[in-house]
Amino acid sequence: MIKAVMMMNTQGKPRLAKFYDFLPVEKQQELIRSVFSVLSSRPENVSNFLEIDSLFGPDSRLVYKHYATLYFVLVFDGSENELAMLDLIQVLVETLDKCFSNVCELDIVFNYSKMHTVLDEIVFGGQVLETRSDEIMKAVEEISKLEAASNSISLVPKSVSGWRGGR
Amino acid sequence: MEQLKTIGRELAMGSQGGFGQSKEFLDLVKSIGESRSKAEEDRIVLSEIDILKRKLLEPDVPKRKMKEYIIRLVYIEMLGHDASFGYIHAVKMTHDDNLLLKRTGYLAVTLFLDEDHDLIILIVNTIQKDLRSDNYLVVCAALNAVCRLINEETIPAVLPQVVDLLNHGKEAVRKKAIMALHRFHRKSPSSVSHLVSNFRRKLCDSDPGVMGATLCPLFDLISEDVASYKDLVSSFVGILKQVTERKLPKSYDYHQMPAPFIQIKLLKIMALLSSGDKSASEMMYMVLGDLFRKCDSSTNIGNAILYECIRCISCIIPSPKLLEDAAEAISKFLKSDSHNLKYMGIDGLGRLIKISSDIAEQHQLAVIDCLEDPDDTLKRKTFELLYKMTKSSNVEVIVDRMIDYMISINDNHYKTEIASRCVELAEQFAPSNQWFIQIMNKVFEHAGDLVNIKVAHNLMRLIAEGFGEDDDDADNKLRLSAVESYLQIISEPKLPSLFLQVISWVLGEYGTADGKYSASYISGKLCDVADAYSSDETVKGYAVSALMKIYAFEIASGRKVDVLPECQSLIEELLASHSTDLQQRAYELQALLSLDARTVESILPLDASCEDIEVDKDLSFLNGYIQQAIESGAQPYVSERERSGGMFETTDYHSQDHHEVTSHALRFEAYELPKPSVPSQPSAALVPVPEPSYYSEPHQPISTSSSVSERESSEIKLRLDGVKQKWGRPSYQSSTSASSSTPPQAANGTSTHSDGGGVASSSSSKPRSSYESKKPEIDPEKQRLAASLFGGSSSSSRSDRKSSSGGHKPAKGTANKPLATVPKESPITVPDLLDFDEPTGTSDVAATDPFKELEGLMESSRQDGGGSTDVMGLYSTDASAPVKTTTSVDSLLSELSDSSRGTYHQSQTTKGPNSKEALEKDALVRQMGVNPTSQNPTLFKDLLG
Repeated sequence: MIKAVMMMNTQGKPRLAKFYDFLPVEKQQELIRSVFSVLSSRPENVSNFLEIDSLFGPDSRLVYKHYATLYFVLVFDGSENELAMLDLIQVLVETLDKCFSNVCELDIVFNYSKMHTVLDEIVFGGQVLETRSDEIMKAVEEISKLEAASNSISLVPKSVSGWRGGR
Repeated sequence: MEQLKTIGRELAMGSQGGFGQSKEFLDLVKSIGESRSKAEEDRIVLSEIDILKRKLLEPDVPKRKMKEYIIRLVYIEMLGHDASFGYIHAVKMTHDDNLLLKRTGYLAVTLFLDEDHDLIILIVNTIQKDLRSDNYLVVCAALNAVCRLINEETIPAVLPQVVDLLNHGKEAVRKKAIMALHRFHRKSPSSVSHLVSNFRRKLCDSDPGVMGATLCPLFDLISEDVASYKDLVSSFVGILKQVTERKLPKSYDYHQMPAPFIQIKLLKIMALLSSGDKSASEMMYMVLGDLFRKCDSSTNIGNAILYECIRCISCIIPSPKLLEDAAEAISKFLKSDSHNLKYMGIDGLGRLIKISSDIAEQHQLAVIDCLEDPDDTLKRKTFELLYKMTKSSNVEVIVDRMIDYMISINDNHYKTEIASRCVELAEQFAPSNQWFIQIMNKVFEHAGDLVNIKVAHNLMRLIAEGFGEDDDDADNKLRLSAVESYLQIISEPKLPSLFLQVISWVLGEYGTADGKYSASYISGKLCDVADAYSSDETVKGYAVSALMKIYAFEIASGRKVDVLPECQSLIEELLASHSTDLQQRAYELQALLSLDARTVESILPLDASCEDIEVDKDLSFLNGYIQQAIESGAQPYVSERERSGGMFETTDYHSQDHHEVTSHALRFEAYELPKPSVPSQPSAALVPVPEPSYYSEPHQPISTSSSVSERESSEIKLRLDGVKQKWGRPSYQSSTSASSSTPPQAANGTSTHSDGGGVASSSSSKPRSSYESKKPEIDPEKQRLAASLFGGSSSSSRSDRKSSSGGHKPAKGTANKPLATVPKESPITVPDLLDFDEPTGTSDVAATDPFKELEGLMESSRQDGGGSTDVMGLYSTDASAPVKTTTSVDSLLSELSDSSRGTYHQSQTTKGPNSKEALEKDALVRQMGVNPTSQNPTLFKDLLG
């Protein structure tokens, strides 16, 4: 089972954090900070895996990937395959790339709710739900379309970048 | 610079007014991005919280604005600030009909609330309604919330709707409904136990995605209960076959691999189902073989599947061909440049090594490369592998490496783990006691506060019990070497508390034992310790007790005792200590100094920390006193059961249970009246009972026995042996007595040990040399390391060990004394299961009928006692195998009824007349031996209660 998904920038600012078992805010912050301090101390060209029993309890592993200014982090237990989790990050990034065309840190910051929509299509309740990025895109677009249609009282002057058929 | 660019970009974006957020939110994000310090960020966020608090309270906030506030709240909480003042607004938002607002509301509550939050009750109704919605997106949003927000109590409220959704027209909904059910199962298996069949049914869903989702709950279900899903093996194999043959729609391909995530899940499930099941395993041979051929090892996901195949093979009963394939895949991983693949390779090696031990030898140099890699993750994984392949021939090299690494890291969590591993390996495979003590010293010195206190007690016991009764010389040498090493270490600054306790105890017990060091020298050192660590009461307690022992030995041997001035001041200081424990010790010491030699000797006899103290369980010596009390009018004792018999018809145990259940509710019946059931005047005879003070002393394992005897000697003898203690922790005495009551005998494995080593070296040297011939330019340093790790014959340390092993052999038999003492009646040795030297031997024995084997052995050994050791040599490779005394085995017999199952290594000599009983015992020993840490004597003690 996947325990957490995190994105943080290279300065340690959290950009997105989702824990699949509830944790109090302070604990979440502490975990994000400690994960970042571990990640930032890792040299280049080493493996993308970490065993972090000390933070997330026994048999927890962590897979991370470093893209430009962002770390993508997945925390999971022994019932998942490390290499496959690495590819799951790849799926997430590929999907985001399609969503925002050339995704960058700012897209993630400013499209907080959409990020969650995408993530919820991939990981559901801690289990991998969907790994086909085309399917994920389809689902996300459908939601955006419907939201836009139902959004008759929008006060925002312009459509959201990447949201098809805005207002 | 980087940050400036970011800011610039943010500014540009902000001015465009894009992203659907208001200017304020963009400003917030921007200013947080610009903040230079955490304090500045906090200040910005706090002012934002103030603004939001105010705005949320305004009447008639437009919904659209409210949505933005909620998003801002979520953002704030992600930054680590409390946004609970706005939770209620998020909850309200979920009630909205507008999909955008509803989704925002759900998103916020799933992030804000935990499943037991009070506000959930306000959402359950909405969720119920939304699950029935016509709009499948609303349903999906609700299912998402269900996963996160529904707890055990609210499951029944939404369960019918979720089950209905299993047959929804949209595959996306069906998938999520399955996942939601899975989540329910995780939270409360009983609430959905009647619905488990749905998972099986959904395995045949027309949509492969839904089928794939079903594998997640099935994996959990199967890992809980393998037996009831055996019938699905062929279906899973069929599905996997179809997937690998690309029968799924092309859209399921990922990086040219057909549905890899489904394949991986299937392989995991099959590993569970076919573990130890020959026929199920055989069904999988074909498809696994195909996978090895088809998997594209140039992509990450292809390797993921390959790794999963290796893992699967390590679980099932593999064919030789598959093992070969797996070994080949592993060697590809290890040879790769990618650290990720090396990591997987090492992990795979660790798994396969259980099945075929020679695999590791082919990769020894790769393993050593990983050990020296800068990548910490890889290094740790490699240490894990080494830990798994440790045997007596390589334990020194491996433990040395581990300790070096342990010293070099700062991560306390991992330090603890590796320290406990060192201890475990050292206890299990120690070639000599000297080495063991050295290793323990290092572990204590560098990770002393992290290791379990039991480890310290074990070490003290080893030093105290030494090699056993037959070899006093060696014992004394061992103690002397320990004392010397401690006297050296003791002056180093900042030693861990636990280590100081060990040092103090050993110095007290044996510091003056052989006359090399004078009492005043040792006591001076002890005073220094108490002085230097004056804030540590436990250490001080140990030091004072040690001083007491030293003086007692001096007095007993008739020498005049000069209490050093610093000792005197220490005692005086402690007499007024706030700690009652220290006070008591100081008073005892003071009292002892004024006693005559004979009394002192009976209080603290020399080297008697492991002697038994006999305890009269019935307290018969009190009979006279009781008689007298009854005659003078006291009521006779009524046992607790008899007393409560009138009030509760149930037994004691049940009445206790009853109390526990109702403890939350009000008790309506009156409390029972206190009954004067004990002699009315607690009298002088009860005063000297030493248990309360004795057992409440936290870390006084062995030496207390003597302080007990001190007090009793003056008055009435209390015999403590075997009395069930009511007030404190189980003591050490009772169990050590069990071991020392049977005369220890040297394990009869002197010849067998070197036999085993010989086999290992000859078998391992072959693949090694072939590897060398392939790669001639290998660093000789590495080769030497490889040889010592993997048992190559060229190693010098190895031959050293061999030559010394004969000498240490008798020591080994008693090193872990409670285990290793062999009872005369049935000397049974069980080869160490973790030793991978000769797994073939294991299966050989397993194949034959153990009873037949036993009879044969008995026949041969009856004629020739020496013959039996030879037979043992065939099966036993390590003399330090878990062997237990008869007494302890007997105590276990009653608990474990299933005694004669399992396959075992065994040998039986003439002295066990009853073969069945011997077998039963052996089976028990085996069962204990299955436990990988069984050789830790303390663990054993726990098991024995």
